[in-house]
Amino acid sequence: MARAAISGRLIWRLGRVVELVDETPRCKSLVLELPDWRGHRAGQHVDVRLTAEDGYQAERSYSIASAPEDEHVVLTVERLEDGEVSPYLTEVLRPGDELELRGPIGGYFVWESSQGGPLLMIAGGSGVVPFRAMLRHWAASRRAVRARLLYSSRTLEDTIYRKELERVAEEGADVQLTLTRQWPADWRGHRGRVDRDLLAEVAWPPQQRPLVYICGPTAFVEAVAEALVDAGHEPGRIKTERFGPTGA
Amino acid sequence: MSPISRGFTGRRRSAADPSRVPPGQHITGDFPVLSAGPTPHTPLQEWTFTIGGTVDEPVSWTWEEFMALPAETVTVDIHCVTKWSKLGTTWKGVAVDTLLDAVQTDAEYLTAWSDGGYTTNLPLDDVTDRKAWVAYEYGGEPLEPEHGGPARLLVPHLYFWKSAKWVRGLTLTPTDEPGFWETYGYHNHGDPWLEQRYQGD
Repeated sequence: MARAAISGRLIWRLGRVVELVDETPRCKSLVLELPDWRGHRAGQHVDVRLTAEDGYQAERSYSIASAPEDEHVVLTVERLEDGEVSPYLTEVLRPGDELELRGPIGGYFVWESSQGGPLLMIAGGSGVVPFRAMLRHWAASRRAVRARLLYSSRTLEDTIYRKELERVAEEGADVQLTLTRQWPADWRGHRGRVDRDLLAEVAWPPQQRPLVYICGPTAFVEAVAEALVDAGHEPGRIKTERFGPTGA
Repeated sequence: MSPISRGFTGRRRSAADPSRVPPGQHITGDFPVLSAGPTPHTPLQEWTFTIGGTVDEPVSWTWEEFMALPAETVTVDIHCVTKWSKLGTTWKGVAVDTLLDAVQTDAEYLTAWSDGGYTTNLPLDDVTDRKAWVAYEYGGEPLEPEHGGPARLLVPHLYFWKSAKWVRGLTLTPTDEPGFWETYGYHNHGDPWLEQRYQGD
């Protein structure tokens, strides 16, 4: 596997907020202009730092939602009720504001077209964010491998990137949604949690050796990864990214 | 000098003693889980712990033998590079000093290796003099698999990725050989008080 390292020091940069996009009632995408951004790979994240007037600072990490090919760097942030940084980013930040960040960070949970596939992405909740980057990178890189996203949300209203996922499905990605709490009367996607039955139906068989990426809350990632290993997938081809309730 | 974030006041959690929270960290009451791949489940009857590499003779313990080694209970603060810190965590395990007493070595570094293929590198100076343990209990209970059970390295004075989960051995080396995250852009040493998060920090 590729082991490209980040070279040099990761300096703090100032981005300018170009646009804020409402994704769901709890999630916003921050579209950032970063003049001297040196690029990133799909799946990497950044550290964001906020500074109060008295010098107090708070730092958090957020996945990058944009592909390396995109003009702007996009972060999608879920507002956590007892959070410190996410309520600021989703409710106070306005277009034109500056935001301090550094990155890209993390070289393991990344997908580049050169790694091949088939590419299987399994997301729970806001764990879908790095997969937006991977799907956009996949679309920009001539879709040479098969790509499939299985994405679990509580309700359709909580489903992030709905329009974008429809579009990427039209381009040939296999996008499968499952809703766990409630669904519209005419819902044609899956219903219920990502369990062994749904994985048997949706995941490629282990013999096809998909590259598997799982991102979501800890319990979701643990359950999905364990089910795939039990089904015969190689642990070394399963990459995970987890977030607990404290990613505020 | 960082610019002021317009309208940001912060929600300082004053309960924590600021002298125990390294720069850029915040306190969590939970115990978040971060791992790069699936959680391994090695049965205890197959588990061994091995010290090898640059030693006179490698030494290995079964689970039963490991449980018979003198254990220590420590209460320490832990700091994850993803920004959370957790204060006053209590662990039981065997001091790395105790394990190293079983071998002769002139090595200056080691690589901790784990089930699942994870590795991390440490200078010997960072794991001796009661600075590191191989822990198998957390909060008085057996260490859960998602937190690194049956046993994990505990090096609380460095960022927590150095505290390798599912640790199965230490390979002593004459030179410093970067481990898993250390080759993926994270800092080679990882001192939270110097905020050594990423390469070049």
